[in-house]
Formats: sequence, C-alpha cells, structure tokens
Amino acid sequence: MARRLTLSGNDAAAEAMRQIDPDVVTCFPITPQTELMHKFAEFVADGEVKAEMVLVESEHSAMSAAVGAASAGARVMTATAANGLALMWEIVYIAASNRLPIVMPVVNRALSGPINIHCDHSDTMGCRDTGWIQLYSENAQEVYDNVLQAIRIAENPDVLLPVMVTFDGFIISHTVEVLDALEDKDARGWIGDYKSTYSLLNTDEPATFGPLDLQDYYFEHKRQQIEGMNNATAVIKSVGEAYGKLSGRAYGMTENYKTDDADYVVIALGSTCGTAKVVVDEMRAEGKRVGLLKLRSFRPFPHAEIVAGLASAKAVAVLDRSVSFGAPGGPVHKEILAALNGTGHTTSIVNYLYGLGGRDISTTHIRTVFEELETVAGKSIPADEVRFIGLRG
Amino acid sequence: MADMLEIRWHGRGGQGAKTASLLLAEAAAMEGKYSQGFPDYGPERMGAPMRGFNRISEEPIRLHCAIYSPKIVVVLDDTLISTADIASGLPDDGIIIVNTLKKPAEIRAELGLEGRMIYTVNATGIAIDEIGRPIPNSPMLGALVKVSPFLPLESVIEQIKKKFSHGFRPEVLEGNVRAINRAYEEVTSE
Repeated sequence: MARRLTLSGNDAAAEAMRQIDPDVVTCFPITPQTELMHKFAEFVADGEVKAEMVLVESEHSAMSAAVGAASAGARVMTATAANGLALMWEIVYIAASNRLPIVMPVVNRALSGPINIHCDHSDTMGCRDTGWIQLYSENAQEVYDNVLQAIRIAENPDVLLPVMVTFDGFIISHTVEVLDALEDKDARGWIGDYKSTYSLLNTDEPATFGPLDLQDYYFEHKRQQIEGMNNATAVIKSVGEAYGKLSGRAYGMTENYKTDDADYVVIALGSTCGTAKVVVDEMRAEGKRVGLLKLRSFRPFPHAEIVAGLASAKAVAVLDRSVSFGAPGGPVHKEILAALNGTGHTTSIVNYLYGLGGRDISTTHIRTVFEELETVAGKSIPADEVRFIGLRG
Repeated sequence: MADMLEIRWHGRGGQGAKTASLLLAEAAAMEGKYSQGFPDYGPERMGAPMRGFNRISEEPIRLHCAIYSPKIVVVLDDTLISTADIASGLPDDGIIIVNTLKKPAEIRAELGLEGRMIYTVNATGIAIDEIGRPIPNSPMLGALVKVSPFLPLESVIEQIKKKFSHGFRPEVLEGNVRAINRAYEEVTSE
C-alpha cells in the first residue's frame, strides 16, 4: 500500500531518511539543502528515529565524521549542496577510496562566484571522478525512490562505494509536489539491517583503515576500486528492478523515453527531463519522431543504454547544466561522444549549455532544440561547437 | 496539459504568498489531484515583492519550468499593481483577484487592462478583524476557490486546520477559518 504524500524534494529525501533511520547522520546546513536536515532533525527531536545526529562546524567535518562512523561499521548518511560539497571534497574522495557505503543527497546548486544559490550541476559534476556513484533525480518521487535504492546499491558487497543522490536546487528541493511513499514496514524490510564487512570497533578481528599505501599497493587498491564501480552497473539495474516489484516503479541506468524509433533525441539529467517529456509528447502528437534519453546514473556511466537509445537517431542534442572550462563541450557531452566512439555511429551530436545559476529552461526552449536538430541531421558537428539555451546576446 | 490550472501569487515578504501556494498544493492533493507549489527564491526580506506559483491537474505533472501564462493571478498587496507586472502572460480568459479596498473597475483602470476578469476583496481588513493580524493569505485562498471553484471550500479549510493544529492557539485556527469563509462570501466581481 502506497502512502500519497505532498512534499518538497528536500522533505521527500528526509522522509526516506526517516524510514532508513541510519545509525549516524552528520550535518552542516547549506542552502538549498538546509530544509532537508531541518526536517530530519525534527524526526530526531520527536523521537521518530534513533539515529545519532552529529552537528559539526563545517562540511569538511561532516564528511570526516561520516567517514569515521562508517569505518566503525555504522550505516551513515549526510547531505549537502554546492560550496558545501566543494569544501568537503578532500574527504569525499577518501570516503570512496576507503570503500565506505555512505549515502548523501546532494541538492544541485551553482558554485560561487559570483554567489548564486540556484540550480546547476557544477557541484556534482565537479566531483564526478571522486569515485562516488551518482544518481540524478527528476522529481520528488525519484528523490525518495533513489535514496531508498542508494542504500542497497552502496552496501552491496560487490560495490561498497558511497552514493550521491542528486536533485535540482529549488526546482525540486523547494517545490511541493505529489509522490507515493512506501509503508514504513515495507521500506524497512527493503533496507534491511547493515552488517559492515570490517569495523574499526571489532577488536576480535582488527583491521587497518586508511593506512599509508605507497608504490607497493596503492595501484592495486585503485584497481579494486575501479572494479567496484564497474560492478555497480549490474547492481543498480538489479536493485532498480527489485524496487519496481516492491513499489511499482522500476528503475534502470537511464530512462529511454520514446527513443525506440526516434529521429531526434535530447539527452539530459535532472528536472529538465520532466519538462522535455511534455515536449516529446506534444511533438509526437504532431507526428514528429522525437525522444528523450534521461541519464539516471552518471557514475557509473550507462554506455550500453546510450548506444541502444540512440540506435535510430539522426541527430542528438546533449544538454549540459555545467561547464568544463577549456574542454570541447560540457561533461555530459564528452561522455556521450566517448560512449559512441568505436560503435560505428554516424549520428550528428550537438552540445547545448543551459540553465547555469538557475536560468529557466522552458518547453519553448526544448522545442527549439528539437527543431534545430532537424536542420543538423547528416552534418558533421565539431566537438567544440557549443550552443547556448536562454542566454541573452 | 490543456486541463492543467496554473496560478501566480504576487505578494510582499511576510504576507504569506509562499505559504498560500504550498497550502493550496496540499489541499489539491488531498482532493486526489496532482499539484505543485513553489515560490520564487531570491534575497527574501520583509516587504520585498515576491511570487508564488501553483500547478494543479488531474494527471501527474511533469513540467518543472517556470510558469509564464497563469490562468489566475492572486495579488496579496495592491501597492504591487503599479510596480509588479501583474498581468504578464495572463490569457484572454484569465482572472485577477486583488486584496484591496478598491472596486474591480478601479483596479482595471490602474492596470489599463482590457478583457480578463477582475475580482477584489478586502482580505487585509478581514484578516485584522478575524485573526488579529494583517496577513491576507488565508482569506485570499477563500476568495480564490469562490472565483474559480476547482477545489471545494471545505478542502481548503481542512488544510488550514491541519496547518494550524500544532503549535498555534485555537483562536488562530478559528480566526483563519472565519477569514476564509468571509472572503469566500465577500469577494466581488465587476
């Protein structure tokens, strides 16, 4: 039985955290994440969860405390956004390298400066190579669902990697909308108990955590970490299928929306995908063969799903909400080109930069992108050609 | 998407435009509809112009872009008539509801607007009488569902009761309910 709720994206994440009831939650506030931890702190204060909440003096300490607690064998969560994620970056990398299955909602927000509190993806794209799994969420429903799935993905013995569940600042974090949540008993049955493989506190089987690891073994440990991330693809899919059986909402690495026979495909992540689906439906009704390829998992990157999703495409638009300064195209665009390299694809691929600092992307904008794709089909597009959406002259 | 209702709230920081939009989203969901409620976020401060938004539909709502052409505009403060772009994007059959002592015809003249429908109600006066504070958002919800009956008045009142059942004195809840009922009765057309 589902419970129909009306929640903001932040409160949807907090609701999933209430049901998970982690052993330890570390916390430092930053807009637009603050309301998430505010809500969870209410659950702690009201005795609805047993979690030990650790309030610290910075995000660097929030991730440090999370690493310490996870090393001790605890199930640990924290949350952050933007500059908070940037400040904790050093320890974010260590959390993954130490194979600690921490789950962290990240509310996507532009990095300063100039100061901007609104959505873009420069924060999580900035740490795409830290070794964390990254799941992007379209709406409050997916925020809730992804947080519950992230625990099972992170703690899988073949993976043992931390997971970021991201969602768009304000657009999702502060929009109240309707979602279905699991009953507590179903959610808790889904999450199950956590038994860490190693624990700092287990004196019967002492282990070393985060030691000096020089030319002798560091490289082998990194190789193992690569393996864990590679294994994550199958685990994300099997967890997504199992969650579908439980909730009626199955998940994969991507959502290929009407791409099967599509001539023109837009690739995006986050809340923009919802708006793009509306445009796809409108244009399909006009007889145009258009589709959306939504990236749910950015790390690991869904190569197979992308190749399949673009099989019929004559032209593809890759929408980037962050900049890779000095590189040919944005982070998503580069990954798409790499995924298609060597597959014999002749699709024309155009990179669009949009939405920096929360600049709106409307249905009209997305329709224009599809219309431009009709004119580039069959043409060779230089990899460093970037077009802008919604930018004033 | 043709059956989707979009609403824009204009207010000043402290008048409850954000709360009203979130509360309306919850009330619509309680009626089994799909809804969104979200404000503009900027450098918020008491008295600064701000906006709230709603989408309400029988179908799941996938749009996550801004609202450009709302069917209904609710104005919590009539000093915004001359400073904010109140009628922006309002279609020919659009509706404007203003909290003011003025008559709809005066507001029409101030806006220089042709077509559309204009309604007024003294929500601040009602709020002072019934709640004891000049916060017009609750009564404006009553006026809104009278002018455009997409939700029954009872569901808005139920939502208000839910909102004010914790941490508020019973008089505050009762005052809000009276204010909603009065604005529902007192809102006037041209």
